[in-house]
Amino acid sequence: MPSADTPAAARPLLRIQGLHKRFGATEILKGVDLDVHRGEVVSIIGSSGSGKTTLLRCVNLLEEFEGGEVVLDGEAVGYRRSGDKRIRLKDRELARQRAMTGMVFQSFNLFPHLSAAGNVMLGLRKVRGMGRAEARAVAERWLGRVGLAERADHAPSQLSGGQQQRVAIARALAMEPKLVLLDEITSALDPELVGEVLATVKALAVEGATLLLVTHEMRFARDVSNTVVFMEKGLVAEQGPPKAVFGAPKHPRLVEFLRGTRDR
Amino acid sequence: MGYTLNFAVVWTNLPRLLGGLLLGLELAVASLAIGTLIGVAGGFLSVGPSRAGRLLASFYVAVVRNTPILVIVLMLYFALPDLGVRLDKEPSFVTALSLYAGAYLTEVFRAGLVSVPPGLSEAGKAIGLTRLGIAVHVVGPVMLRNVLPALGSTFISLFKDTSIAAAIAVPELTFQARRINVESFRVVEAWTVASALYIATCFAIAAALRGLERRFPKF
Repeated sequence: MPSADTPAAARPLLRIQGLHKRFGATEILKGVDLDVHRGEVVSIIGSSGSGKTTLLRCVNLLEEFEGGEVVLDGEAVGYRRSGDKRIRLKDRELARQRAMTGMVFQSFNLFPHLSAAGNVMLGLRKVRGMGRAEARAVAERWLGRVGLAERADHAPSQLSGGQQQRVAIARALAMEPKLVLLDEITSALDPELVGEVLATVKALAVEGATLLLVTHEMRFARDVSNTVVFMEKGLVAEQGPPKAVFGAPKHPRLVEFLRGTRDR
Repeated sequence: MGYTLNFAVVWTNLPRLLGGLLLGLELAVASLAIGTLIGVAGGFLSVGPSRAGRLLASFYVAVVRNTPILVIVLMLYFALPDLGVRLDKEPSFVTALSLYAGAYLTEVFRAGLVSVPPGLSEAGKAIGLTRLGIAVHVVGPVMLRNVLPALGSTFISLFKDTSIAAAIAVPELTFQARRINVESFRVVEAWTVASALYIATCFAIAAALRGLERRFPKF
């Protein structure tokens, strides 16, 4: 348990401990433990239904969870303790904690009534409290970094899938989150658009952003990650540097899983 | 048929008819504005997390939609004073029509809210917006665009429903037509011109709405 006197640099930025999550009778997460350190890129792989996406959604408080803890930069998120009871935090507190992380979704989820720049500006204005001109400048800077400076005033419907996803990345990053969550961000894209999005993420990784991502792109996971986590049936079955996980997998299900995805 | 058409009386009374038409439009606009506020609140309540809120919204919709508009109008104007609330004719009618519009618009906005993809709320949450912030800046605007056509046809209905105000002697178009009818016995002429004015106005509103929809293209 991180305490106040642990130096910030030594403790993990994100510590997930014993995370349990169920949907009705189905237990999706069965006690997940995972640490992410500052500047680290952690990729979660695994077959569908293994709980990868649910894990990300718990970290960003889009899902409630029944047991365990998610500690972000020393702060337990989502719940507070009162005696032995866990109490879900109030909306305002949840919103504040969510703003510490950024999230990019599989289906982009751009706000359709706002331009590309408007999408990036909304959080800056309404959450960070920036004025219009300042928010616009920040938005243009970020759209420039994802290669869309000249598309700032386009509506989402006028952009390709890859461009929409890059706007979504700019929207998340402009908030300067401590941790960025990327949930299968290339799964909804045409194959020829995957490259531009992955290149954008790679650039962020090189610049030192802390990323926790769920992906089906094995080559990308190998190239970009410090740590690869294999999830199986709601648990972390194996984790390690990409060389070890891809080169010398130990868990029999991981061996099988990698055989099934070898051509990717 | 021994009836000879003679529009002379109607033409001399045209200013009265047009004044009535304008009053009807004013009543419709006021009712649409208040009804929209009620409808947005009702719509959010009916898809919201509070069970009491959902029940309240569905109770309101059920009661109002199953009461004829004429009964609501008469009740507010004639029954409320006995309960100590006395409103003038126009405010009383606007209250009645707003309540009526609010019930239909609650359903319109509820459907509009359901049609907003849940991913948009999640994206709003992810950047740290509160529930209120998401409603105001994300879900609200998207929903409004989705329901614009339904909002337009509701406005046309409301404009036509203002004719019911004649029942409590609000001097709108129908009331004026009846007055010409009674004073001059030019029955066919009075009602023909009144109908033509209603139809022309509804067409004009519909055309304006189509322009509005073009100006805010669908996402």
